[in-house]
Amino acid sequence: MSNRSFPAQFRQATQQVAMDRREFLRAAGRMGAAAPLLGMMPLRAAAKAREQKVVVVTFGGGARDEETFAPDGQENIPHLIGALLPQATFFTQVVNRGILGHYVATASLATGAYETFNNFAATAPANPTVFEYYRKALHRPPTDAWVVAPSNGFNRIGESDARGYGAGLGAGVILPKHLLAAALPRAHHGAFSHLLRDNYEDPYYTPDLQGGEFELQQLDSMLKLSVEEFTQHARSLSSADELSVYVAHQLMRRHAPSLLWITLHDMDVAHSGAYSLYVEGIRRSDRLCAEIWQTIQSEPEYAGRTTMLVLPDFGRDSDFDSGGNGFQHHRTGDALSRTTWMMALGPGIRAGAVVDRPVQSTDLVPTIGAKMGFATPRAQGRVLPEVL
Amino acid sequence: MQPAQLTTDSFAGYPPQARALVAGQLAVLRALPLVFAALLLRECREYDWRFPAEQQAIRDQFSFLASLDETSRRQLLSGFAAVRLPDSARNIDWVGQPQQFLDALTASLWSTHQIDGFRQSAKLYALAWRKAKPEQPPVIPRLTLVVFDAALQQQGYPLFRKLRPHGVFVPQVQDADGWATLVAHGKRRAQLHPLPSGHIYIDGADADPSLAGHLDTTSYEGLRSVRVQLLQRIQQILGTANSGPEQLRTTLAEITPRSLHWPSDTTGETFRRFQLDVLTEGSGTQIFSTTFVQWAAREALRRAQPVTLVLRYAPRQHSLNMNEMLSGQTQGNAPDPAGSLVDADMGAFYAWVDQQRLAGAEQSALLVWSQAHQQAMLVGPGMPRNTEAAAPLSMAQMLAQLAG
Repeated sequence: MSNRSFPAQFRQATQQVAMDRREFLRAAGRMGAAAPLLGMMPLRAAAKAREQKVVVVTFGGGARDEETFAPDGQENIPHLIGALLPQATFFTQVVNRGILGHYVATASLATGAYETFNNFAATAPANPTVFEYYRKALHRPPTDAWVVAPSNGFNRIGESDARGYGAGLGAGVILPKHLLAAALPRAHHGAFSHLLRDNYEDPYYTPDLQGGEFELQQLDSMLKLSVEEFTQHARSLSSADELSVYVAHQLMRRHAPSLLWITLHDMDVAHSGAYSLYVEGIRRSDRLCAEIWQTIQSEPEYAGRTTMLVLPDFGRDSDFDSGGNGFQHHRTGDALSRTTWMMALGPGIRAGAVVDRPVQSTDLVPTIGAKMGFATPRAQGRVLPEVL
Repeated sequence: MQPAQLTTDSFAGYPPQARALVAGQLAVLRALPLVFAALLLRECREYDWRFPAEQQAIRDQFSFLASLDETSRRQLLSGFAAVRLPDSARNIDWVGQPQQFLDALTASLWSTHQIDGFRQSAKLYALAWRKAKPEQPPVIPRLTLVVFDAALQQQGYPLFRKLRPHGVFVPQVQDADGWATLVAHGKRRAQLHPLPSGHIYIDGADADPSLAGHLDTTSYEGLRSVRVQLLQRIQQILGTANSGPEQLRTTLAEITPRSLHWPSDTTGETFRRFQLDVLTEGSGTQIFSTTFVQWAAREALRRAQPVTLVLRYAPRQHSLNMNEMLSGQTQGNAPDPAGSLVDADMGAFYAWVDQQRLAGAEQSALLVWSQAHQQAMLVGPGMPRNTEAAAPLSMAQMLAQLAG
C-alpha cells in the first residue's frame, strides 16, 4: 500500500517521528542523506549473490522512540548509536501497517506480507517466508536458514502453509528457552528462572510445546553441544535474549547459515507495567546487537560478506494517546506504535547515510531477496535499493 | 438483531438504572449504526456502578445524539456504519454481551486493516460530542499528590526528568513531618468539598488509616485476598485446554465482588467494582504494586475524575518468571527498590498526563515527593516551567505554592 493512502494525520505524525530522528542524526554530525548518493554507491562485493549472508535482528518486542532514538532515549542505546550507526544506512520511517501483535507482526516481517492470523495461536504464516523463497530458489539445505526466537509462540514462524512452499522448505526454528527447559531436570528450573522468563502476555496466550526430545536432538545434532556444556554456559547469562544470542552464535560457528533470523523479546516485559524492566530490556538488546555484529566480523564464514538488518517489529503506544497507557502496550495503532526504524550494515551498504522517505516493514523480504539473488513473488513490499 | 428492532424487552438482563436509562432512549438507539450502538450499550450496561462523572457522560451522549438531525447523525457516524462485521461477531448477542461483541470486532478491525479508519471515526465523534457538550470544570482545581515511599531508592538516579520541563524542581525538601502535612491537606480538601468519589487515595502497600477514613481508598495490600483469588482463577483458566486470551478476558469480565465473596464495606458498590476492574482489566496490577498504583490512578482520573488524588508508591517485588508471579506464591520474593523508583517516576509523569486530559487542566496541580531523596517536583498554574527552587522547602510551603 502506498504511503499516499495513509490518513493525513497519521502521515504527519510519522513524518514528525522521522524528523526527530533525523535532527538527532544530523546533530551527531556523522550522517548524510542517502538518496542523492545512490548513484555513487561503492561497487558491491565481488562475491556472487548466493554467497552473501544475511542476519536479521528484530529489536523487540516493541520499542518506542522515546526510549531509543529520541534525545532522552539515546542513553539506552549507546552501542547502536556509538558503534553501529556510523557504519550503517539508517531508515528513519519504517511503517508497520499490519496487526501489532509480536508473533503475527514478526511473521509479516518474515513473509513480506501483512499476515492476518490470530496472534496468540500456533499458526503458520499464510504467505511464504523468506526462508522458503531462499531455500527453494537457490536449492539450499535445511541447515542454511535458521530462526532463533525466545518465545514459545514463535515455533511456527519458519515455514508457511502456502501452496508450493511449506513443508520441508522452511527454516529450522530454535526456541532456546525450550532447549534449556528440556535440558534441565524440572527441579532445577528455579535456578534458571531468569532465562526461562516469559513476558507478561506469554503465559496467558502461548500454547506449550510438548516433550523435550526434539530440543535435545537440536542440542546434540545442530549445536554440537552437550547438555552439560549448554547448561553450564546458561548459568552465566542473565536473560532469555542473551540465551538466544548465545544459541545464534553456536549456530553461526557450527553451520554458518546464510540466512539467520534472531528475534529479541526481553523488552516486552513492558506489558507488566514496569518501566524499569522495559528499559533494562532495551539496554540489553542494544548490547546484544553490537555483540552479534562483532561475531559477524570475527567469524571467517561471515566477515566481509554479511548484511545485518536491525529493526523493531513495531513501536509502542504514545504517552499522549488517551486510548493507551503509554509504553505498556501497543494497542492503539497510533503513529508511534506503527512507526519504527531500521539499520542496515554490511558490504556495499553506505555507512553513515540516512533514508528519510517512509518505507514499510514488508519491504524487508523483497530487499533480502534482491540482496541474495532470489525472487519473492508473494511479498507485498518493495526492494530498498539503499541496502543492495 | 438490528438496532431498529430494539425494544424495552431487549434490555431485560440489564440492572435497574441501566434498564430505565436505555428504555428512555430507545428512539435514539434504534437510529444508530449497530457498531456504535454496541459501543454505547457497553457503557450503559454498567451504568448502575459507574461513577457520577461517567453517568453524566453517558447521559450527555444520548442528549447530544438526540439533538442531531438525521443527516448530521448519519454523517457523523458514517465511519461506524461502514465497518464490515466479521462472522465471529455476528453471532454474539451485542445487546446482552456488548463487551464480547466488541472484543470480536476489535480483532477483526485489526486483521482487516479497518482499525485506523475506526480510530479516526471515534476521534471525530468524540470531538463533535465534546464540542457540543463540554465537560464542566471541577468545583475546585484538581490536585494530585504523589509520594515515593522512603524505601524507593537508587543511587544517582535523576528524579523527575520527564516532569522537570513542566514545573519547579525542589532539590531539597526539609520536613520531618511531610507525610503528616500531606495527609492533613488531603483530609482538609475532602472535608471542605465533600463530593461523591471526589477524593481518592491509592496506596502501593497498606493504606494509612489516618487518610483512608476520609478519602475513597484502595491499596495493594488491602486487596491481597482478592488478588490471590484472581490469580487462582487465572491459573485455573491457564490449566484448561482452551485457555486463549478471549477465554481469559471473558472469565475475568464475569467476576463480580459477590463471586469473590468480597464483603460490602463503606466504600460502596461503585468503588468496589472500580477496584475489581483495576485488577481484572489492568495488565500487571495483580503482581506489581507500582503497576497497581499507576493503573488505578489512570483509571480513577479517567473515570471518577476526582479533585484530589493521593498516590503512594511502595516497593514492588523483584521480577521473576511470569508463571511464578502469576501463581501468587511469591511472598518470600525480595522487593526491588531501585526498579520501583524508576517505575514510580514514570507513574508520576503519567498521573500528570492523565490529569491534563480533564476539564480544568490549566488550573490543575501536581506535587511529587521522594521521601528517600528529599526532593520534589511542583507543577501547576503558578509554577514557572523548567526551574529549580533556590531554597529548601517544607511540605506546607510546597502545598501553599501550588495553591497560589
